Amino acid sequence: MSVITSDLPHYHFPAKWALPLVLLSIAYVGVPIFGSSYLFEAILLPFLALSLASVGLNILTGYAGQVSLGSAAFMAVGAFAAFNFNLRVDGLPLIASIVLAGFAAAAIGLVFGLPSLRLKGFYLAVSTLAAQFFVQWALTKFSWFSNDSASGVIDAPALSVAGFVFEGPVGRYYFALSVVSVLTFLAYRLVSSQTGRNFIAVRDNETAARIIGVPVLKTKLLAFAVSSFIIGVAGVLWAFAYLRTVEPAGFNLDRSFQILFIVIIGGLASIRGAFFGAALIVVFPLLLSRLGSFLLGDVFDSGVLDMSQRIVMGVLIILFLILEPDGLVALWDRVRRRIGSAVRRT
Amino acid sequence: MHALTFAFGGLGSAPFPPEVQEHLAGLDRQSQSGNASANRAVDTEKPVLELSGVSLSFGGVVALTDIDLSLRRGEILAIIGPNGAGKSSIINIISGVYRPNRGRVRLAGRDYVQVPTQALARHGVARTFQNLALFKGLSVLDNVVAGRAYKTRSSFIEQIVGIGRARTEQLDARRRARDILDFLHLSYVGDRLAGTLPYGLQKRVELARALVAEPDILLLDEPMAGMTVTEKNEMAGFVRAARDTLGTTVVLIEHDIGVVMGLSDRVAVLDYGRKIADGTPDEVQTNQRVIDAYLGVAPENEDEEGI
Repeated sequence: MSVITSDLPHYHFPAKWALPLVLLSIAYVGVPIFGSSYLFEAILLPFLALSLASVGLNILTGYAGQVSLGSAAFMAVGAFAAFNFNLRVDGLPLIASIVLAGFAAAAIGLVFGLPSLRLKGFYLAVSTLAAQFFVQWALTKFSWFSNDSASGVIDAPALSVAGFVFEGPVGRYYFALSVVSVLTFLAYRLVSSQTGRNFIAVRDNETAARIIGVPVLKTKLLAFAVSSFIIGVAGVLWAFAYLRTVEPAGFNLDRSFQILFIVIIGGLASIRGAFFGAALIVVFPLLLSRLGSFLLGDVFDSGVLDMSQRIVMGVLIILFLILEPDGLVALWDRVRRRIGSAVRRT
Repeated sequence: MHALTFAFGGLGSAPFPPEVQEHLAGLDRQSQSGNASANRAVDTEKPVLELSGVSLSFGGVVALTDIDLSLRRGEILAIIGPNGAGKSSIINIISGVYRPNRGRVRLAGRDYVQVPTQALARHGVARTFQNLALFKGLSVLDNVVAGRAYKTRSSFIEQIVGIGRARTEQLDARRRARDILDFLHLSYVGDRLAGTLPYGLQKRVELARALVAEPDILLLDEPMAGMTVTEKNEMAGFVRAARDTLGTTVVLIEHDIGVVMGLSDRVAVLDYGRKIADGTPDEVQTNQRVIDAYLGVAPENEDEEGI
């Protein structure tokens, strides 16, 4: 909740932007020098796509308080829309396809956000499930979306911007990183604006928000649209930069839950939290499988590994919700404060 | 309505012509709060808010019966009555949270069956809630800034870019919010999350959020509930100062009769959903029906045929 610091940009500038800038320069310069292709393919690309999707869902669920279980559907809409714009509109730059895909996802999000005007909490969550099932059904049923491909699995186009092609793991990483950075910055600007305050006002007390003049219905629908836009673009990254294929099966309910867990574990109503949560969700299973095969060797076949991952993950989520309901971000802030005060004392 | 005109005649506290009142309203609030009773800016023009024949019931439970109430610009009207008398229902009807079964609310020159809540702030009405209704996840300052939400004209895209009118609105809202926080001695908690403040301060932040909208009519639903005597006096001072500096009309629900009598220009008393008295504090205090409602009516034969 660093909303307050944004009102004095000149005074706070160094402190506020220092860390993000350092991280960005590490991500742009340091990581590509030392990273292996495994790091990019298996960790960083899914991490970036899921982070962005979680930033999107966090705007809707964390800030505006509207629970959604349809995130993967909006990712699918984004991915398939970008694919089709790219395929069917000659000469359309890839960036334009991606932006249009975002708008397509926003439009679908708006439609499935309409129940939020009447429903709250669990009931709304259930109604967003409709998006999840409907979109997946439509994409499988009408083969036009996947260009009548027999298997329903299609290759993603090359990532080229203004004649420059982002090739190989590092290239795709740069592409994803740039898209995520820009959209995250815009999302940050949004949540620290009057609209961001309106989101939180609607979440915390709808009646009070309406009475002070917040346009509640408009605010809710805007949250759905903006959130779906971002999630849609994340879907494009997932399909085009990470998997290199576009298929409906990857965007199932599991993915929606995964994104929701990232948001909850990372920290509701926190842009940083989306990245913390995504890091945990992406890295943790890999660590666990390494650890498992290292410690137990042959005893641990892939089936057992998969089960143990789910079990440990589930336990972890429960522990988190009990011990730190405000998520990794709150944990991080507390550790940082402790260290800070310890440093000052010495 | 007869009680109203009667009460008005008895008020005797509008000795200044309008231009003098305007001048007084512009004076420094420090000097104002000192001699507030001397220049109560009660106006003789048309009422700014009028309830006529309002009845409300929830299922079979009657909350309000045939309530008439009218407010003149710049007056502080207290609504008192025992628990469940319908005080909060009146505020909820004025702010459009409830829809009355019968009757009308006249506000900003229009008659409403149900006041449109989303247009309330634009009509110049702000309110606080009996149970706290702050935005717990926002800082105190942002809660107060949110009180300017009804003034926002810029789109979210302009706000993301942060130039032009979005920037002007943002700076203006922050400046006003800071001023109000200063005024209510809340600046030192401006950065805290609203939900982490003690109860009394949260009540004051609610007042700040309502005042920052510069309302013509301020509805305060038990603004001093659960406060210490010192806090109550402070709060009463703020309400009076708000009226004196901004010319705000105040409707106040309060249980503490001492505070009510000292603060208000006029008192309306409710009992079982009916208005049983309406007049100056002195008149109401000596009204037999009010005394009966508050102390209970003794059976007439109690003394003669004791046990």
